[in-house]
Amino acid sequence: MPTISLTVNGKSVSGDVEARTLLVQFLREHLHLTGTHVGCDTSQCGACVVHVDGRSVKSCTLLAAQAEGAQVTTIEGLTTDGALHPMQEAFREHHGLQCGFCTPGMVLSVLDLVNNDPDPSEQAIREGLEGNLCRCTGYHNIVKAVQAGAKAMRG
Amino acid sequence: MAETGIGASVKRTEDKRFLTGAGRYTDDINRPGQAYAYFVRSPHAHATVNGINKDAAQAAPGVVAVLTGDDLAADGVGGIPCGFCPAPGPMNEPPRPALAQGKVRFVGDMVAVVIAETLAQAKDAAELVDVDYGTLPVAVSLEDAAQEGAPQLHDVAPGNVCFDWELGDAAATDEAFAKAHHVTKLDIVNNRKMPNAIEPRSSLGEYDAASDSYTLYTTSQNPHVTRLLMGAFVLQIPEHKLRIVSPDVGGGFGSKIPHYPEEAVMTWAAKKVGRPVKWTAERSESFLSDTHGRDHVTHAELALDESGKFLGLKVQTMANMGAYLSTFGPLVPTYLYATLLSGQYVLPAIHCTVKAMFTNTAPVDAERGAGRPEATFVVERLVENAARETGIDRAEIRRRNFIQPDAFPYQTPVALQYDSGNYEPLLDEALTLADFAGFEARREEAKSRGKRRGIGFSTYIEACGLAPSNVAGAIGARAGLYEAAQVRFHPTGSVTVFTGSHSHGQGHETAFAQIASDRLGVPIENVDVVHGDTDRVPFGMGTYGSRSVAVGGSAIVKACDKIIEKAKKIAAHSLEAAASDIEFAAGTFTVAGTDKSVAIGDVVFSAYVPHNYPLEELEPGLDEGAFYDPANFTYPAGCHICEVEVDEDTGVVEVVNLVAVDDFGTIINPMIVEGQVHGGLAHGIGQSLLESCVYDNQTGQLLTGSLLDYCIPRADDLPSFTVSTRETPCPHNPLGVKGCGEAGAIGSPAALINAVTDAIGVASLDMPATPEKVWRAMQAAD
Repeated sequence: MPTISLTVNGKSVSGDVEARTLLVQFLREHLHLTGTHVGCDTSQCGACVVHVDGRSVKSCTLLAAQAEGAQVTTIEGLTTDGALHPMQEAFREHHGLQCGFCTPGMVLSVLDLVNNDPDPSEQAIREGLEGNLCRCTGYHNIVKAVQAGAKAMRG
Repeated sequence: MAETGIGASVKRTEDKRFLTGAGRYTDDINRPGQAYAYFVRSPHAHATVNGINKDAAQAAPGVVAVLTGDDLAADGVGGIPCGFCPAPGPMNEPPRPALAQGKVRFVGDMVAVVIAETLAQAKDAAELVDVDYGTLPVAVSLEDAAQEGAPQLHDVAPGNVCFDWELGDAAATDEAFAKAHHVTKLDIVNNRKMPNAIEPRSSLGEYDAASDSYTLYTTSQNPHVTRLLMGAFVLQIPEHKLRIVSPDVGGGFGSKIPHYPEEAVMTWAAKKVGRPVKWTAERSESFLSDTHGRDHVTHAELALDESGKFLGLKVQTMANMGAYLSTFGPLVPTYLYATLLSGQYVLPAIHCTVKAMFTNTAPVDAERGAGRPEATFVVERLVENAARETGIDRAEIRRRNFIQPDAFPYQTPVALQYDSGNYEPLLDEALTLADFAGFEARREEAKSRGKRRGIGFSTYIEACGLAPSNVAGAIGARAGLYEAAQVRFHPTGSVTVFTGSHSHGQGHETAFAQIASDRLGVPIENVDVVHGDTDRVPFGMGTYGSRSVAVGGSAIVKACDKIIEKAKKIAAHSLEAAASDIEFAAGTFTVAGTDKSVAIGDVVFSAYVPHNYPLEELEPGLDEGAFYDPANFTYPAGCHICEVEVDEDTGVVEVVNLVAVDDFGTIINPMIVEGQVHGGLAHGIGQSLLESCVYDNQTGQLLTGSLLDYCIPRADDLPSFTVSTRETPCPHNPLGVKGCGEAGAIGSPAALINAVTDAIGVASLDMPATPEKVWRAMQAAD
């Protein structure tokens, strides 16, 4: 069983994993970070999105071993001293979530989007969210939340 | 108070945990010593199971047990029950063992369960379970299942017929048609949908030998219903030994109403292997085994007189039940469908027949809207075509036939008595918001860009707030449909509300806290709402059919009112007045006409520390339960207008505007209500343009078995929506609420298809309106 070491939400972690273990399984089952969700088995839904070295990645498409040495951020790592990140706050303010299952992946995806495009148009947001499925909101309020979150992040 | 009371867009209290990864969904739960389950599912749509050799699987690394239908039978485990038989019957009701016994009837039907130390070991070993299948011919489509000589799924259902049912007056309807000036006819396929909540189903069973009791963590919209069905009918476990916990649930849309075989197997297996056992569906399994929705084939005719007034409606529908009856499967195409065929109209005579069939496909049950979208689609497609055929303006034909506001309560010819409504203002507002007056100019402009622009209307009625129990019983429900609540003041003045409703995205923790806070006059931050655990919540029928606020919310009001009634007596004692002189408002009890008052917090404290308290007349404490059984259904109504552009070269349909004006009665939290409408509209657009569950008719293989093949709407498939609400309060519940969860999915499909057919100039187009279908229809029409 390979041993892997990586940094998750700023903390060094290591573990012995079966070679076939996916990053999402390592996060959920070894580290008990259950905020990262699994909604499908074909990398369509985006519920499992985390940041690996600053970029959004579907953690069901990556073997845990491939994240050796990487800096991983999950939804649990976004708050600072218990305060919501501006994008999290915008989702709350604009009712950009209902059941909450797609939300962690959604938030991490849009943070990557906004990092690359600090003032995205509605169309850019909608296209940027192609890889994240939400079945509750119809995306209307997610789009509003991302616009507001991006604005807050621009300061 | 005002900013958190009824009518305020209070931000949701549940959001913080969802936004920080602290939600607790079933698959997030792990129990000490837990083993993992993987199901062996049939790859055949119809086959005998001649034998199962599990030796190799049992010998595989990490395997704890391999269990089959024989093991269930040996333990006397019952079949999965159905909760509804449409009156007056009869209904052919075949048994559904939790694991196949002798035969499989759809791809995904479960044959065995492998339980192992790890999920990977369970999956590996499942490959080694050797099932000897004898494949049989299949009956997949409704038409094929109904053919003379079609393969038979069940011995107890000759001709694959589940039931042959009717509603309305056939003779009166024939008479109406005999007098008709014009008859509009339409054949409709209402496409099969898959609910696809983003959280897959999951169940974790646990058995405690010391107390001989079971706990099942499961993704349910109605944990008490699951306890009742599984405990009483499948596993014979009395309620006090069976706890069902449905913690955070990641969307339901109907697919988490039914009691599923996997739940029973996890509960039973936990005792069998002496360890907690967990199963979580992969999305492929969800596609195969979650209940599907819709799937009707219908012929319908609408009779009109010379002035465009409706005289009668005839509807013949075949409805697909799938291979087995799911919990509410037979309810959906009967009393949630035919009863809605009067729409918002005076329609003096209606007759509807429904023939429900078994097919070699997954069981069909409620999916957002459940029967009502199918009914609305029939009515509004007919009305739109009638307008086109008679040359009467499409708004005008609706106005001429609307039930007028002074006609309520209004008895339809299909059993329902609408309690309230005011339909014309909904249409007027929608016309304004959609800028209907400017449409023809937009159509012309679009032409210059190679786009065909169309606009379509839909007005809908729904019956929500399920349901008056005596009516539910009379039409065939095998349970009551009231709701329960417990409201508990704690000694220092905070409140816990226990509700039998279940939130899987609807925001009950916020909306119900608003209700209790408003009613009791305590700050909203001092109110917590508990749901989803049969050991904590006294009882409950759960959440579906847009019933939670109308029925569950009313139960909370009733419990709050009991609290206030008792608190008035306590206040009277401390204020040295008669209880009949005590008035209560905004958290303060006052002796009428005086300035003598006491705050509710002091009354509560005195109830729990009864040093100065009328102990000879009153028990200490302030903790009241209530059951609320509604007097009638509630009847939300609305008008949806959709505008589309169709690309002439590709047939791609773009929704350029979707307006929804809905009357939900009193609104508790407008922000949440808007979100519910958005979500419903997305389901409606999905059904109209993108979603279709397709089985291969020759083999019964599911062709749309993944999110690569089955298209649920992405963000860039949808527009931003224009939504508005009007409030005609429900007259028979204490909040005046009607329900909002399904409206978007009910009204929008007809509006959308009316818009597309308007754009391309055809009379009929089946959903989903894919580019290929639309392009072919354009070529045929041109």
